[in-house]
Amino acid sequence: MAVCGSACGSNCVPKDTEGEEGERLKRLSLEEENSVRRCTKCAEEEARKECNGLCAGCFRAYLYGKFKLAVTSNAMISPTDKVLVAFSGGPSSRVALEFIHEMQSKALACWDASNSQALPVFTVGVVFMEECNISDELSDQADDVIAQIRSIVSGLSPPSKDLRIVPMESLFSSDLRKLVGSINDATGREDFVRHLRMLSLQKVAFEFGYNKLVLGLSASGIARHVLSATVKGQGYSLPADMQYVDTRWKAPVLPIRDCLEQELVTLCNLESLKHVQVHDKPCTSINGLVSSFIARLREDNSSREHTILRTAGKLKPFNFNKFSSNQYEYVPSRLRPKFQFIETGEPESPEVLCPICASPLTATELATTRCSQQMKGLNIKEMEAFYLSCCQSCHFQILPKEETSMSCDGFFDLLPKPMVKRSLLRDEIKDYLLEDS
Amino acid sequence: MEGVEASEKVKRTTPRLCSLCNQRKAALRRPKTLEQICRECFYNVFEDEIHRVIVENNLFKPGERIAIGASGGKDSTVLAYVLSELNKRHNYGLDLFLLSIDEGITGYRDDSLETVKRNEIQYGLPLKIVSYKELYQWTMDEIVKAIGLKNNCTFCGVFRRQALDRGAALIQADKIVTGHNADDIAETVLLNILRGDIARLSRCTSITTGEDGPIPRCKPFKYTYEKEIVMYAYFKKLDYFSTECIYSPNAYRGFAREFIKDLERIRPRAILDIIRSGEDFRISTTTRMPEQGTCQRCGYISSQKLCKACVLLEGLNRGLPKLGIGRKKGGSGEDQEQSKWHLENRALSLHGKHGNVEY
Repeated sequence: MAVCGSACGSNCVPKDTEGEEGERLKRLSLEEENSVRRCTKCAEEEARKECNGLCAGCFRAYLYGKFKLAVTSNAMISPTDKVLVAFSGGPSSRVALEFIHEMQSKALACWDASNSQALPVFTVGVVFMEECNISDELSDQADDVIAQIRSIVSGLSPPSKDLRIVPMESLFSSDLRKLVGSINDATGREDFVRHLRMLSLQKVAFEFGYNKLVLGLSASGIARHVLSATVKGQGYSLPADMQYVDTRWKAPVLPIRDCLEQELVTLCNLESLKHVQVHDKPCTSINGLVSSFIARLREDNSSREHTILRTAGKLKPFNFNKFSSNQYEYVPSRLRPKFQFIETGEPESPEVLCPICASPLTATELATTRCSQQMKGLNIKEMEAFYLSCCQSCHFQILPKEETSMSCDGFFDLLPKPMVKRSLLRDEIKDYLLEDS
Repeated sequence: MEGVEASEKVKRTTPRLCSLCNQRKAALRRPKTLEQICRECFYNVFEDEIHRVIVENNLFKPGERIAIGASGGKDSTVLAYVLSELNKRHNYGLDLFLLSIDEGITGYRDDSLETVKRNEIQYGLPLKIVSYKELYQWTMDEIVKAIGLKNNCTFCGVFRRQALDRGAALIQADKIVTGHNADDIAETVLLNILRGDIARLSRCTSITTGEDGPIPRCKPFKYTYEKEIVMYAYFKKLDYFSTECIYSPNAYRGFAREFIKDLERIRPRAILDIIRSGEDFRISTTTRMPEQGTCQRCGYISSQKLCKACVLLEGLNRGLPKLGIGRKKGGSGEDQEQSKWHLENRALSLHGKHGNVEY
């Protein structure tokens, strides 16, 4: 029934029922206020407060859509791939595992239904890197964590996945605990463990025949990396670790790069995806300070992490951040031109990488290295050659200084051999080295 | 046991010697390097580092007229003092002037200007004062009354930048120097990352800017720590004004400043590392950058049709306090009237986190 204003002369609302009409209107507007908010996408289900106005179903679809777009538009996974998921147990890698698993299940269903079964389905394995024996900070709750990891992976629906729980110290013949313990700088210690982890994952992938490594690095993780790298003077190499493609290694891929950590945690809660809860320890490192700074920024403005990502996305990536021409076999033809190697005038010279952190060296660092090498000539020891090839950040926060308890020689002897072999100067002088490494 | 205690006692009572000269008693720990040094050595390393920055970056040529942006605060007071000293000691051959901007903030700027007037006498450097009132017909007190406390730093920063250039032109200066220190530049690098301002990120670590314009400006304190400037001013008993601007508490820069203070406690060299990162950033060639042009109204440098100062002033004069604040939809080719209409209609939804960073 229409309600007219006071100017209406039709007398459709009898004066004695005005009071009732007012009451009805009040009731209607109250109901509207208390009524269930609908999802802004499907307008059917109830919108969840933690899902940015979406219902649980649409929120999941939104995150899965981001994942799928990253995978397909960057040709991250091809049908013949053997994919190894690096699973730390945290919410980000849990969601990465869940989505990869879903993608595999769907591909398998298509393959089952297909007549020709010409295109194979990629296989998926899972690895958990056990680090408790190399650092005191990581030794608590180790057994619980491993039990939870096993339970999570075995709980996934078929196809089942190979799970490898690998103690990091078993991969190298060095005393990693002593090596990590000798690093005085707390930030340096954390970063060194991170570099060791990457080296270890590569080793596991290589030994078990996997050709792709899935990392659960989210947009929030990248935002933290952007600020940490800036603060450590690594502005030159910063873009290298945040692209979709990184051919410095055995193809690590970042399928959930565009999802915020908060969104991934919400999804885990909504879908009861079990993940490992690690109790926060007080952090005295720069990495910890950056994490709490970003958390404060996020409280102030929830899209700040995306803005940081967008800024860093405008920095020039390196030549190893794109595919070589022969890796686009299974990419849809409409996307293939994006991946074909394009000649742009003079070919870029290959970047020289720090043997510890694999960051590209700046022109200044390279010039200093070459100058020092020339001064020392061929009498250069392998240890000196290695140290000269490292970037300024690793020099400051990881390599031993004069006042530390461990000598330069002692530290060098403990380094994993694959790390030593990456040294630039070693390559140039290896023919002259008498020691067999 | 007694021997150990005795030697401990000796250690405690023997004063530590300066690690640089090994002669005088150490009086302070240097914030940049944590070395324990005496006052004289501190003065020497402080002044010497600035001299090397000036020489290695070719900041000045003999015979140039240099306007020192002087607010009366610690940075500009120390800058005026040190530049004056180095000019004499190393024969830079420069004509130095003090250039001060009066924003019209009662209880703050009027007091700090008294400090600058004393500096004029103490250092023997001629002083020129330029005010917002004479340039724009608005003081900051009047602006804050009109727009409140949310975007006032944007107005002040934009107006000051132009005021410095105008003042320098009036005294026929060849260059402007400002007291921006390493902490300021590190904060600006972080702010530009947080705000997505890639254009400013590419420029903000340059020690000299505006070289293709009429009056370049440079920052000799680019690698000098704020703590060391304070220490220098304290030990030298320099006359400076140390109160924070009464309108500043809500500036977004505060986030970055707090973070950098915490960072400095963990790793003092991180401030220089941030600046190094800023210098090493390589912007992708596919990124669209703004083109430099001139303002149609006043001729000042601008990437849009009207410079920011003109847009803000227009807003003030028309009673539209949010004009020019926040992001504008559409590219630079958009019709001016249409863009103003967009701004006016978006004004109600804008919050004060957007707007210009000073550099």
